Amino acid sequence: MLILTCPCCGVAADEIELAPGGQAHIARRGPDSTDAAFEEYLFLRDNPRGVHFERWRHAMGCGKWFHAARCTATNEVFGTYPAQTTEPPQEIRDRIAERRTDQPKDSRA
Amino acid sequence: MSTRLATGGRLIDRSRQVSFTFDGTTLRGHPGDTLASALLASGRTLVGRSFKYHRPRGVIASGAEEPNALVGLGQGDRFEPNARATTTELFDGLQAASQNCWPSLDYDVGAVNAALSRFLPAGFYYKMFIHPRAFWKHVYEPFIRHSAGLGRAPAVEARDPDRYEHFHHHTDVLVVGGGVAGLQAAKTAGESGLRVLLVEQTGHWGGRAPVDGGTIDGKTPEDWIGDTLQALDNMPNVTLRLRLQGAGLYDHGYVLGYERLADHAPDAPGPRHRLWRIRAGRIVTATGAIERPLPFAGNDRPGVMLASAVRDYIVNWGVSAGDRLVVVTNNDDAYRTALAHHRAGLTVPAVLDARPEGGGALMAEAQAAGIRVLTGRGIAQVNGTRALTGVEICAQAGEGTPLETIACDAVAMSGGWSPVVHLWSHCGGKLVWDEAAAAFRPDPDRAPIGQDGASNVIAAGAANGQGDLSSILKDAEKAGKTAARDLGGTPSDASAPDAEQPAEAPLAPVWMMPQGAPHALRAKAFLDFQNDVKVSDVHLAAQEGFESVEHTKRYTTLGMATDQGKMSNINGLAVLSRALNAPIPQVGTTTFRPPYTPVSMGAIAGEARGPLFQPIRRTPLHDWHETHGAKWEPVGQWRRPYCYPRAGEDKHAAVAREIDATRGSLGLLDASTLGKIVVKGPDAGRFLDMLYTNMMSTLKPGRCRYGLMCSENGFLIDDGVVARLDDDTFLCHTTTGGADRIHAHMEDWLQTEWWDWKVYTANLTEQFAQIAVVGPNARKLLEKLGGIDVSAETLPFMAFAEGQLAGHPVRVFRISFSGELSYEIAVPAGQARALWDRIVDAGAEWQITPYGTEALHVMRAEKGFIMIGDETDGTVIPQDLGLDWAISKKKDDYLGKRAQARSHMTDPDRWKLVGLKTLDGSVLPDGAYAVTEGTNVNGQRNTEGRVTSSYHSPTLGHGIAMGLAHRGPERMGEVLTFMRDDGKTAIEARIVDPVFFDPEGAKQNV
Amino acid sequence: MSDPVLPLGGARFDGLIAVEEVPQGMVALRGSLDAEAVKAAVTELTGAAMPDPLRATRQGDHALLWMAPDELLILLPRADGPQAARDLADTLSGEHALVTDVSDARAVFALSGDDGRLRETLAKLTSADLSPGAFAPGTVRRTRLAQIPAALWLTEPGVARVLCFRSVARYAFDLLSEAGREGSAVEVL
Repeated sequence: MLILTCPCCGVAADEIELAPGGQAHIARRGPDSTDAAFEEYLFLRDNPRGVHFERWRHAMGCGKWFHAARCTATNEVFGTYPAQTTEPPQEIRDRIAERRTDQPKDSRA
Repeated sequence: MSTRLATGGRLIDRSRQVSFTFDGTTLRGHPGDTLASALLASGRTLVGRSFKYHRPRGVIASGAEEPNALVGLGQGDRFEPNARATTTELFDGLQAASQNCWPSLDYDVGAVNAALSRFLPAGFYYKMFIHPRAFWKHVYEPFIRHSAGLGRAPAVEARDPDRYEHFHHHTDVLVVGGGVAGLQAAKTAGESGLRVLLVEQTGHWGGRAPVDGGTIDGKTPEDWIGDTLQALDNMPNVTLRLRLQGAGLYDHGYVLGYERLADHAPDAPGPRHRLWRIRAGRIVTATGAIERPLPFAGNDRPGVMLASAVRDYIVNWGVSAGDRLVVVTNNDDAYRTALAHHRAGLTVPAVLDARPEGGGALMAEAQAAGIRVLTGRGIAQVNGTRALTGVEICAQAGEGTPLETIACDAVAMSGGWSPVVHLWSHCGGKLVWDEAAAAFRPDPDRAPIGQDGASNVIAAGAANGQGDLSSILKDAEKAGKTAARDLGGTPSDASAPDAEQPAEAPLAPVWMMPQGAPHALRAKAFLDFQNDVKVSDVHLAAQEGFESVEHTKRYTTLGMATDQGKMSNINGLAVLSRALNAPIPQVGTTTFRPPYTPVSMGAIAGEARGPLFQPIRRTPLHDWHETHGAKWEPVGQWRRPYCYPRAGEDKHAAVAREIDATRGSLGLLDASTLGKIVVKGPDAGRFLDMLYTNMMSTLKPGRCRYGLMCSENGFLIDDGVVARLDDDTFLCHTTTGGADRIHAHMEDWLQTEWWDWKVYTANLTEQFAQIAVVGPNARKLLEKLGGIDVSAETLPFMAFAEGQLAGHPVRVFRISFSGELSYEIAVPAGQARALWDRIVDAGAEWQITPYGTEALHVMRAEKGFIMIGDETDGTVIPQDLGLDWAISKKKDDYLGKRAQARSHMTDPDRWKLVGLKTLDGSVLPDGAYAVTEGTNVNGQRNTEGRVTSSYHSPTLGHGIAMGLAHRGPERMGEVLTFMRDDGKTAIEARIVDPVFFDPEGAKQNV
Repeated sequence: MSDPVLPLGGARFDGLIAVEEVPQGMVALRGSLDAEAVKAAVTELTGAAMPDPLRATRQGDHALLWMAPDELLILLPRADGPQAARDLADTLSGEHALVTDVSDARAVFALSGDDGRLRETLAKLTSADLSPGAFAPGTVRRTRLAQIPAALWLTEPGVARVLCFRSVARYAFDLLSEAGREGSAVEVL
């Protein structure tokens, strides 16, 4: 039972108010994409034992989507941030680097 | 035999009596008794039979760790199995029954298992009940199910009449355990001003300290507890709660608390149990320690008890375990039991101390009191079956040669203490082996962590491996300060109270008594009393190669089930480690799972039962439907009328009548559950062009267009009519099940992909009721109601108008899901019933007939209209359904477009939508598969299609169906063979056009 | 126009607290709550100032409830919803905003009684922290009430409003009545 602070309304929301949305920062591939690029967009997801950037929606609250950086093994949360971004903010990256030595390679590289 | 002492018992009220029954016999006790103390006071040493061997068992402990004294409580609707007698507070009228025995506790047929015990070793079931394979289902499984298991389940027809509830509580610091450590930790943390919740699972504060003695700040423990409680009561930021167990610890400081409000007071108003859902910044586990049994032959006999429990019964409840008590120990603490028994005026013929040098000050005190102490001695075996008659003593260092028989009727055993680390371990806290205490204790360097990555659980006192009173209190004070400081609080600089207790000599681990016991003795030395696991079973598991402690646990059932290894864990591990010749820390522990003790299903369900089991969504016309005899159909959480049978009508007749009336004159449908989502903004058209497969941006204001929505996978997820309200505002209708899902889908794309697009959405599904007026006389009815020009010229098909209808503000959509002339009227929900009543009145001259979802389904199927969830199942693309006409070729992009270009999606061999007409006119089974020649790799018949919708059409007088068939549209006129539900008989159907009725659309085009 | 029908016809429960279904006009606004034009328009309509996040402001029988960074719920007398929605939409015609009358879409319950009992009744149903230190009067919280979404607004000590969708009005009323039954006080808040 996680607690994630919704960066949109500021509520420290219990997991039962939230809906998960899978991996964050996946760039959409449209009609002109190659089969390989489209396969990656549609089907291929990271499954790290460690820091993961993921989408959540404050579904039973303000209704907004946001992103969270969470360790899948310990449930440590390095921060939440608005969904209107294509990559984790520097502040979040810094916090992960500071707290974790096993920071994963950028999954989108 | 156990009995009530003439004096003593700090928890009981001797001035009053309560009566209760055990196996039908009426017995008496006092308020403050537990069921266990009252049974012992009544001389009941035999309280149950063991799980596997049906050995006679008595009370062994005095708290939550009790493995033996499990009873069935109450009767009928209130029957509850597996209640621990030691944690069941006595009340007047309590009914208890022993378990696991037949025909009676005293004469148990299953005890033959005990005689056969050498044939029932660890893993017996795994080995014996495998062959022959066919025997499993009908012979072995029923036998095992009958003979194994704890208490019986409540009767199938029983309905729990009690109430239960949840309660969410937020606190800075949660302290679990109301012993002296918990009290001290709560006081220290509370002095910082932070919110503190202190919970205690029993009905009294102070834990063991009042029984074990010593002084705190020069006071008796009892006085210190009283003073500390007073201080805590005076802190408004501290909440104290008895009968509330910290049952489970989970992520991010989430703790489940199990509060038993009425188990001790069945007539109390309010809920029986309350499940506390606690969020705490820091959790102090001051959960104490549990005494370990000593593994000697016959240690499970009624009358053999934990030394601490014997002492508890004397001090707390004024009950003696027997007249002549032999104490057997490997540590100093058990001498307190010998002294307490002696002080009660009873006899302690001997203390058997397994340590060659014996103990310290407490031993000296016992000797001074005249108690005989034998060092380096242990118990070889126990004499007497039903009642103890004596013990054979032996050298602990030897193989069990009896040296002397000591007559006694009770034995108090102590193998040392194990910290209660369950909560610490539930969420990943790790343990370290404490060599001196021969126990695992919490490893502060590997504590559970919270969302910020910092440790959020602090063990305190005996639960942290502290032994004497002084260090327990110091540790608790430190824990309270740490918790407060971690959360930014400033604890007071008061120091821990000074406590004094006699110094204790070191414990000597005893994992088998005597250490060289032969198999015959090991096979009677129990490790896990609840699951009947003996020392010999663990040896056998080790011999058979079970080196992992987790495997051994499952193979032998050691520490499983409700026991969760409370008493058995350490002894079992130690025996395994000796058998494997590996150090205990290397063998490790098994995982402790929540809850600490069983939590009632009622508490877990909380309020969610009966009408509150789940939300039922009602349309504004629900009451009308109900009073007009609607048969309900659940559609998601909505309830929609399936049909409205009249007197003497079955459902089929009602549906046929409703269809006939609608197609013949005038029908009326409550379509309020349809989703209605407003989409507005300069980019609304562009957005809907991405969302729908068709072009929506070209729709003219005032007009409607049917649209399809797909996921990025290309699969069809929803359909509905879009109306353009003005230049930058659209109203999107969704399916009943789609309203919330599609609104969320829209917000997902707007918020996370196209956040720079200027579009707002609002889900207005519940603002408007939607009433469909359907049939040849629909226009006449609306004209009669008056207020809106609904002529064919002004309001053509796929247009809408706004205005007042019969005085109600409405939006009238001329759309059709039945093929009839049809208007869907949106009206504010609060006015829906008034308008509906007007329509019913006004429609009387055309025999207006309300119809339900089944008539709706049949009529749409007659017209070949698809239904999301029938024709689609998450693997169907619009092209499969012949809906290419609704897919824009002009758009560069829409959600799902790229996926629909994938090779599998464009494969001409896909199954596609067709109509199906049986050769004999019967109705195809819904979901039936069309079979073809040959078999697949699994040996199953090959298939070439399946039925997605199937009905009897009263309009056409025969069965109609839609289905997906291999290259279906290319095979018009071919006959497919479908299998009936029995999988044997076939039914043939011809592939036809899916539009069965009025293919020209003449009926709606008027 | 006929009188609007309340979802439960004005149901009432008396226990640890009183729960009463009340008529309430409601207009939902989606738009930029920071925009001066939006602030001015809602203040002109209600007399109340734009609330801070997770808060409400009141003026007489009007109130503004902060629902999301781009969403405001305007409370006003029951009959005023349609006209107020039209007026506000006109005022904001130059802005990118969406104004809808939602007076019929929701059920509103007025809760009143002892402040502690009221907080406890709600705390049986929601994971939100309802302790006085965390949930002061004027706080608005959208949350999950047992199995449904709902909004809570503590107007003053011992008085609150609970808003939920109309279709689950019965469920919400039954929930509040069950949680507020006599004899079930927790007595910690």
